[in-house]
Amino acid sequence: MNFVDRMFGRKKSVGSAKERLQFVLIHDRTDLTPSELEALKDDLIETISRHVDIDSNAVSITVAQEGRSQRLVADIPLRNTIRRRPR
Amino acid sequence: MTAKVVTVTSGKGGVGKTTAVANIGVALAAKGQKVVCVDGDIGLRNLDVVMGLENRIVYDLVDVIEGRCRLRQAMIHDKRLPELYLIPAAQTRDKSAVSPSDMVRLCDELRLECDWVLIDSPAGIERGFHNAIAGADKIIVMTNPEISAVRDADRVIGLVEAEEKGTPELVLNRLNLAMVRRGDMLSVDDVLDLLAIKLLGVVPEDESVIVASNRGAPLTLDSKSKAGQAFHHIARRLLGEEVPFLELEAQRLWQRLLGRK
Repeated sequence: MNFVDRMFGRKKSVGSAKERLQFVLIHDRTDLTPSELEALKDDLIETISRHVDIDSNAVSITVAQEGRSQRLVADIPLRNTIRRRPR
Repeated sequence: MTAKVVTVTSGKGGVGKTTAVANIGVALAAKGQKVVCVDGDIGLRNLDVVMGLENRIVYDLVDVIEGRCRLRQAMIHDKRLPELYLIPAAQTRDKSAVSPSDMVRLCDELRLECDWVLIDSPAGIERGFHNAIAGADKIIVMTNPEISAVRDADRVIGLVEAEEKGTPELVLNRLNLAMVRRGDMLSVDDVLDLLAIKLLGVVPEDESVIVASNRGAPLTLDSKSKAGQAFHHIARRLLGEEVPFLELEAQRLWQRLLGRK
């Protein structure tokens, strides 16, 4: 990256290399495609919703890397139940 | 003697496996070790030319395995060092001429002959790769700081682990520090973050590698070049010495100066 690139705020190429590698490595290692992950997320939302009230738009399911092993991380915000005062 | 069998592999071709085997072989032999380098790339042999021993070939790896000669007859002595040998690959055969169990037997026989057996694996993850790692005690995965090479290295690490060969160690070849500083090349730390295995060596990009292969005289024979020094360091680490990683430290210092880490 030269001065001109920097002037125009062009991103250093190493950032996108690392980002893209992180993405492909997770899928290479787990054999889990982004669409399968999306399907898994939908199934999870459906199952959990049967038991508790969740904010389905805020659910995030990601694959996190820890050394050479992967873990599925689910962040599922619960909705506060509105307690109605008995009349 | 009970040699340690070390295989250098990478998945992707052209990352520097053959250069590494030749140079680490020379560096270990220069330390007084008895070393046998084995070209595992049957049908595409090249270790012979990189080492400059191409016109001394009589027998090859497949001749040994098929019993046409004794092991010692196929070991070409590199006269520049007291105890450095090459077993070349067959050029007119293919990978199916050898099986993993043939390689295990060959490695067991070689273990009695020397201190180190270095096997140059072919690129790819097929038969030739499985042959090359079958008899190994230790596996070195070689890569370049480049997206396709790192991805293939990760795949190979997974395959080595799946074969229960332990976690391999990493050699990062062709690092260009100026490009890393400009933010246009993955750094040693970036590659280590992604691959998450132990680092064995970092070899800077160096034009003298090509000059050396033109001449058939591995760089480590005279260790003034940067890449040659890096290969000498790798050999010393294989021998159990603690040798600092010069490139890595230079890089981390630079990042500290920029306040990035």
